[in-house]
Amino acid sequence: MNAPATISKIFDVNAIRNEFPIFSREIKGRPLIYLDNAATAQKPLRVIDALTGYYENYNANIHRGIHTLAEEATAAFELTRDAVQSFIGAAFREEIIFTKGTTESINLVAYSWGRQNIQAGDEIIISTMEHHSNIVPWQILCEEKKATLKIIPVNDDGELLLNEYKRLLNSKTKLVSIVHVSNALGTVNPVKEMIASAHEVGAVVMLDGAQSAVHLDILVQDLDCDFFACSAHKLYGPTGVGVLYGKRKLLESMPPFQGGGEMIKEVSFHKTTYNDLPYKFEAGTPNIADVIAFRSALQFIQETGKEKIRRHENELLTYAQTELEKIPGLRIIGRANEKVSVVSFVIENAHPQDIGILLDNRGIAVRTGHHCAQPLMDRFCIPGTTRASFAVYNTKFEIDELVKGLHKVVKILT
Amino acid sequence: MNAGLRIEDIEKDITDEFALFDSWDDKYEYIIDLGKRLAPLDKQFKTDDHRVRGCQSSVWLVADFRDGKIFFEADSDAMIVKGLISMLIRVLSGRTPDEIIDARLLFLKDIGMHTHLAQTRSNGLVSMVKQMKHYALAFKLKDPVVSKN
Repeated sequence: MNAPATISKIFDVNAIRNEFPIFSREIKGRPLIYLDNAATAQKPLRVIDALTGYYENYNANIHRGIHTLAEEATAAFELTRDAVQSFIGAAFREEIIFTKGTTESINLVAYSWGRQNIQAGDEIIISTMEHHSNIVPWQILCEEKKATLKIIPVNDDGELLLNEYKRLLNSKTKLVSIVHVSNALGTVNPVKEMIASAHEVGAVVMLDGAQSAVHLDILVQDLDCDFFACSAHKLYGPTGVGVLYGKRKLLESMPPFQGGGEMIKEVSFHKTTYNDLPYKFEAGTPNIADVIAFRSALQFIQETGKEKIRRHENELLTYAQTELEKIPGLRIIGRANEKVSVVSFVIENAHPQDIGILLDNRGIAVRTGHHCAQPLMDRFCIPGTTRASFAVYNTKFEIDELVKGLHKVVKILT
Repeated sequence: MNAGLRIEDIEKDITDEFALFDSWDDKYEYIIDLGKRLAPLDKQFKTDDHRVRGCQSSVWLVADFRDGKIFFEADSDAMIVKGLISMLIRVLSGRTPDEIIDARLLFLKDIGMHTHLAQTRSNGLVSMVKQMKHYALAFKLKDPVVSKN
């Protein structure tokens, strides 16, 4: 694939960059090169405008007020729910619950569904490549319920061992909670097949879509996952907003996660009845401004075209992997066949933290460390990696700068 | 080794040395060089007991109390942190507990390294300074558990 020649044919990257005010910033005297998109994406102006627009024009608490501002704010808030429903292909708008992020979405399922359905002796399956937020909630649940956590191993390329997974599935398996795309390696897991296998033994499946939602087409009905979680801030949207999708029947059968305003029908000291979906799971005043602005982020993705974004990112990935491997002592961790635009690597005799600091000196933002996936780092016998992750606004020039920077870093450190 | 010099004097020396560099690359190359020149820490001390927890890099710190003064030795698996440690040792090793407790370490800001103090999660420098001060406090209170021997 000839990356440099084809990039410009997909879309005008410069026009896209112009939508992101942050790219006018300089870091230590150099233009910002932002390659930490798997941690959080930058925000286009329309998202920032939507945020300030809410506060400047129609700030009001939603759902309860009868005045104009409250009606406008409620309408805008609920429009985002419709946009998310369409973005992930959910059957009903009530299946979209707003949370504060993927972590809270997973915890909601662990506390509500988990405490209702997991019993002593049950088994929950996760994988070696989970983010800590898809490990710890299940560890807590298993400890409380005397259930067992089972782990799907990965091969040297950073792919799940599906035969091992199938061997773990049995009638005691009540839940499979797996990451759709690995944050540390970029591996895309064959989740559709895995979900079908889990359903054969009657297990419920939760998908951690924190990394996948921005790169892949998500069709929850086609995947047939029971729960799906993602975060707005990795989708060019604001921080503090997450989504939990759940099949309506499951959500209806689950007890509330938190009690408070919004989530009730009637309250008396004798008995409280709960509100319908989705409000049953949205206690208290939600993050109104950020939820509203999230819709502008989804519009940005849709207008740019997810397919085009993916092609652009894939070309950057291929180019980056080819160029990075030319650096002496550099080893890419995670060589899965199916990957999104994430490159994790180690360099002989160079600590990731030193690499990260020295790249930052050159205006290049990458992530270093264990990426909140310590069990995965242990699997590869490394303390951590340096990770570059690419998004819609990145360019081949920026990858060249990264490679140049790394050559300099190697010279300084080794 | 710091005979006659106050902590502030050594901090000023370091600040003056850094004033010679005009680029960040040069500053960091110098710090890395300081790290490389730091006296190696004996393997027996590289245990969890002496480990100062940082999120990304490991730091091992050993303190020895002799004649009313504390002497530090340290190591890290990351070069820049090791260089920063070597400066801390230059400033704080061979001082009395009170001097260490009172040290404000303003030179870190003057040489532009305070960003490493700002974020507790990313490296061990904050924990390192805290640990040095804990040792000082402990020796001051004559707590026997912190001695190297």
